[in-house]
Amino acid sequence: MTPLATLVRRPIDPISLLGRVATPANGAVILFLGAVRQVNEGRAVTGIDYAAYEGMAASELESIVSDGASKFGTRDIAVEHRLGELAVEDISVAIAVGHPHRDAAYAASRWVIEELKRRVPIWKREHYADGTREWVDPTGRPSAGAAP
Amino acid sequence: MYDATLLMTVTVLLFASYADALGAASLDLEMPSDTTVTQVVAAVRARPGAQRLPAAPLVAVNLQYANGDRVVRDGDEVALIPPVAGG
Repeated sequence: MTPLATLVRRPIDPISLLGRVATPANGAVILFLGAVRQVNEGRAVTGIDYAAYEGMAASELESIVSDGASKFGTRDIAVEHRLGELAVEDISVAIAVGHPHRDAAYAASRWVIEELKRRVPIWKREHYADGTREWVDPTGRPSAGAAP
Repeated sequence: MYDATLLMTVTVLLFASYADALGAASLDLEMPSDTTVTQVVAAVRARPGAQRLPAAPLVAVNLQYANGDRVVRDGDEVALIPPVAGG
């Protein structure tokens, strides 16, 4: 199949994604799911808004899937990232990889999520149990939007 | 003929914490026609609220990451990219 990368505003269906990468050639079919966690850095989280620069995020995701396909020797990589308001336990990202062998399937899955986190312009604003909301900055700097 | 005084309007897209800091999702800036990404960033950082942006934020031109010396042309889509947090 053609490598597939999509931004969605509906719940992610992991089984449907797996179906896109399961082929007679693939002895290994694996799925990674990222989900909203109830605690981040000691603060109780009640939900997350995901926002994106959608045109660029879509093209970066497509580029990652296509690069991953060449790098790991499989055409069967599918990624969906959800945008909008998510609750705790909702799936934010799903990566399905099919490959003839498991070592390459695991490596490709790991590579795709790390590249996604490194370069796809998606942002998350966490909602905390105390009613506050903050954009998450994985570089550890104080958020530009945070109160001084 | 080259005219150093020629101005163009550059639209800069802002997202997430940067949009909050500047109170806008986009800015229209009057810039010289031979401007660079670094000069566009400097113009944004002169706006109220922008002191909370880093000195050298990530920038994309036409949906691709761009270096500071990239020349911005009339009609280019410029975006300041806060630290990404997908996944």
